[in-house]
Amino acid sequence: MTAGLRDRLSPWLVLAAILVAWEAIVDVFHIPREVLPSAVDSFAAIWQFRGPLWTNALSTLTTTMIGFAIAVAVGMALGIAVGISRPIYAALYPLLVGFNAIPKVALVPILVIWFGVNIWSPIITAFVLSFFPIVVNVATGLATIEPELRDVLRALGAHERDILFKVGIPRSLPFFFASLKIAITLAFVGAVIAETVAGNEGIGHVMLVASSSFNTPLMFAGLIVIAVMAIGMYAVFAVTDRRFTGWATRSMDYATGG
Amino acid sequence: MTSFIEIDSVDLVYQGRAEAGAGTGTLAVQGASLRVEQGEFVAIVGPSGCGKSTLLKLVAGLIAPSAGTVRVAGERVTRPLKIVGMAFQNATLLPWRNTRENVLLPLEIVEPHRSRFRREKKAYWKAADALLATVGLAGFAERHPWQLSGGMQQRAQLCRALVHEPALLLLDEPFGALDAFTREELWEVLQTLYMQRRCTVMLVTHDLREAAHLADRVFVMSARPGRIIHERTVDIPRPRSLDDTFRPEMVALVHELRDHISRARAAA
Repeated sequence: MTAGLRDRLSPWLVLAAILVAWEAIVDVFHIPREVLPSAVDSFAAIWQFRGPLWTNALSTLTTTMIGFAIAVAVGMALGIAVGISRPIYAALYPLLVGFNAIPKVALVPILVIWFGVNIWSPIITAFVLSFFPIVVNVATGLATIEPELRDVLRALGAHERDILFKVGIPRSLPFFFASLKIAITLAFVGAVIAETVAGNEGIGHVMLVASSSFNTPLMFAGLIVIAVMAIGMYAVFAVTDRRFTGWATRSMDYATGG
Repeated sequence: MTSFIEIDSVDLVYQGRAEAGAGTGTLAVQGASLRVEQGEFVAIVGPSGCGKSTLLKLVAGLIAPSAGTVRVAGERVTRPLKIVGMAFQNATLLPWRNTRENVLLPLEIVEPHRSRFRREKKAYWKAADALLATVGLAGFAERHPWQLSGGMQQRAQLCRALVHEPALLLLDEPFGALDAFTREELWEVLQTLYMQRRCTVMLVTHDLREAAHLADRVFVMSARPGRIIHERTVDIPRPRSLDDTFRPEMVALVHELRDHISRARAAA
């Protein structure tokens, strides 16, 4: 077996081992289903409730992606503004950091009052949770342009706009894509939190309902569905990242023979 | 008669960041004056931190003097010039572009190439490859910077600095980070390029042999705040070979420059 194949297989083997151990522990210690359903019970629940899980998963995915899309747009705009302008950096950065320190769950009840129990609360929560890493990363990429490179371009009569498009933006792309991988998982967190607090659809809502009726297998089923969606989206952005900014991760590519 | 570059009693004060009050900046250059003729190759040497690089930035118009005047081609420099090519110790090539695209970067900014660039891309590619061939980088156009050695990156950087045929080439210790053999190879490359183009060159270096070997005139700067304390003409005909650097008059010249710098350092 080659090292590359082994590296690719090993996480799946560990996952399989965890599932087996999970099943074994529940069996051996006779843990009641209401406390911890076995792996088989949980996957059975996915099959049993496949209809509602499917529609609610789509709802969660939709709100997450809309919130994430807003976060990308707002995050990029703010990140560029903060990254290229010292006055804007001085004025906004401390506020952004302060805002990011607020536990966003505390905002959800307020958002519910403003937007009501509908898809807007999860969308806004997903946005609010996920835009910050995008701002910080884009701003960092732009603010760390080598001064010599700036001089080379300015000595050619380049405008700030030229420097931004020729150097700043391409240079901050790896930072941007790295932040998308963080932001997409945070967007899922935001959407599910909002659905749990105040939703009438979505996986978070399903889990809340399951919890109130002690349907623990369904809660685990919801958990698995949300995990698969989040990992899937993460993978999409990880692949995009590699495609667009291979130059920034070339040493890693070489190391894995990819 | 006016010279191509005229620096007249220039002071430069670097203002500190917000914490510094009024008048507490660092005086980097004080009362510096020098003249460079069109097509001349001059070198500026001096102790480290003496404001050599600052002088280049003043000439390029990247910073404005605190006092005195800088004139290039008869015009007072008040904003970045557009006729300049620059190269630094750090090659600063863009890692997402291959060598050819890096070399062509200035043409995407400078007119008239800027507006022609998209239409005549193939012609520009050819020109870039020809230029790369003259510095010994034939066949490396499609490589990315991280696939080039340090010396090759500097060759590519020289191409980038010259591709738009600037009237003025400003070099800030471009060979400072290279090993001795590579450096001497690049002296030859630079001399050849200079003899082909005869643009005006200002080279900042801390390598006195390099200054003596390449320049028509060498200026010695004092320790900070930098002034021009000595000026020396090197009248050895071009092309100069590496063997010329060991000729007695060249060795004596390097010694003389060395003396001035030691005294400047001691005075500081």
